[in-house]
Amino acid sequence: MSSTTTPVHAFDAADPRRREIALEDLSGGLARWRLAWALARSDITHRYRGSILGPLWLTLSTGVMLGALGFLYAKLFRIDMTDYLPWLTVSLILWNTLNQTVTDATTCLTGAEGVIRQMPLPYTVHALRVVMRNAIVAAHNLPLIAVIFFIFGVAPHWTVVLAIPGFVLMAIGGFAASIFLGMICARFRDIPPIVGSLMQVAFFVSAVIWKPDMLGWWEPYLPINPVFAVMEAIRAPIMGTTGGVVVWFAAIVWTALLVWISWVFFVRFRGRIAFWV
Amino acid sequence: MASIDATGLAIEFPLYHHNARSLKQRILASSGLRLKKDEDNRIVVAALRDLTFTIGRGERVALVGPNGAGKTTLLRTIAGVYEPVAGRLRVEGEIGSLIDPAAGMDQLLTGRENVVLRALFRGMSEAEGRALAEEVAGFAGLGDFLDVPIRGYSAGMNVRLAFAMATAMTPDILLMDEWFLAGDADFMRKAEERLTQLVTGAEILMIATHDMHVVRKWCTRAIRLEGGRITADGTVDEVIGPA
Repeated sequence: MSSTTTPVHAFDAADPRRREIALEDLSGGLARWRLAWALARSDITHRYRGSILGPLWLTLSTGVMLGALGFLYAKLFRIDMTDYLPWLTVSLILWNTLNQTVTDATTCLTGAEGVIRQMPLPYTVHALRVVMRNAIVAAHNLPLIAVIFFIFGVAPHWTVVLAIPGFVLMAIGGFAASIFLGMICARFRDIPPIVGSLMQVAFFVSAVIWKPDMLGWWEPYLPINPVFAVMEAIRAPIMGTTGGVVVWFAAIVWTALLVWISWVFFVRFRGRIAFWV
Repeated sequence: MASIDATGLAIEFPLYHHNARSLKQRILASSGLRLKKDEDNRIVVAALRDLTFTIGRGERVALVGPNGAGKTTLLRTIAGVYEPVAGRLRVEGEIGSLIDPAAGMDQLLTGRENVVLRALFRGMSEAEGRALAEEVAGFAGLGDFLDVPIRGYSAGMNVRLAFAMATAMTPDILLMDEWFLAGDADFMRKAEERLTQLVTGAEILMIATHDMHVVRKWCTRAIRLEGGRITADGTVDEVIGPA
């Protein structure tokens, strides 16, 4: 359905108009959210093709991990299961979402090589696809929280609505990370394993399996870690506190910083992506 | 009004992910015809060098030349995949590209679902995609196969589907690589009809091919590329010689 106005696609190497092109890419990518959604959905169905439980395996495997870790660590840390397990459930589900988003971000452009080299498409579509795919996975896991809360008799607190801006921050961060990591991982193929090992370190230092208050007087310094700050902005509201001004401030500043770095990179190197993948 | 206008267009492929040092010694020492160092001291392949041409409405252009001459790269550059390192490019009109029939297709989805997916790739809505699927169904002649996952398609069926999809969107400019010749005689006849229709509607066809029969039959102009440069540009008879 050709529109009434003829589209013009012009490029002059002497005057590349990088910012304008990057902005067009961003708005074009967001306008194609239906495509990103369709691709994200097909990613999930591909992964579980022919399996009987399908995406429910996501929920199940998280459940198994919770069962094992919950019992063991409650013993190790000598804390009450009824106190620890609901907290660990929220923690692990959020961590899995964040970790998988970062991992997917590293292959977000290299994985779409076939499409990138064959047809012009806003690159931001691929970043949106990563965010949407992980949102779908998270949606499969979130009901587990309700189940565990019900079993352990934890009543949701009004602060739970604050989790929504928390998730929004995480989605924005995931989108920016997909653009940034997607680009540098396409250019330098050693980055994905580096990111992988950094995330492993992050798992242990970001208060995923241990509670922040176990850290004693070091606890206020935790928001220096961006992974903790973003996770806590969602976890604390679900657990019934606001999380505090410092956590929110840190989460917003870290996300803004990531967005800014990604944008600068994207504006400067967008035109090179097709040569990198 | 559809037009393609290129001035001093150049594309260079940096050779990433190779052992640059040994490659440098091996290749720069021997030939250095199309491999060179850019200002950052990287090894690059000069895929297209200083191309200047203008293509106006109603022209059917054949890109001819040996393997590696830069034909597909030029098609992709016009499609907007590659950003030129030098020169200017201005393309007016909706582009339909038939460069790789499998690009953006999902092997597990049916033909119909793939048409909808392609519509989404083009920024259309799902409803428009479903309407398009009806149109494609009529032309591709796949019958019941349209509702079968495309991994069960033969090469020819894939081509029919891709061709029907690309032309159903009535692009102003149609870019084609020569793979579409995999269709059977009946399909080729329909394809030709369709292309003629497209081109008489004051559009542009650009096709990269080695088949001189196709060039003579379908094209009004030929551009010969060799080593990334234009070595001849004119009517078909001028460029590939009289039949």
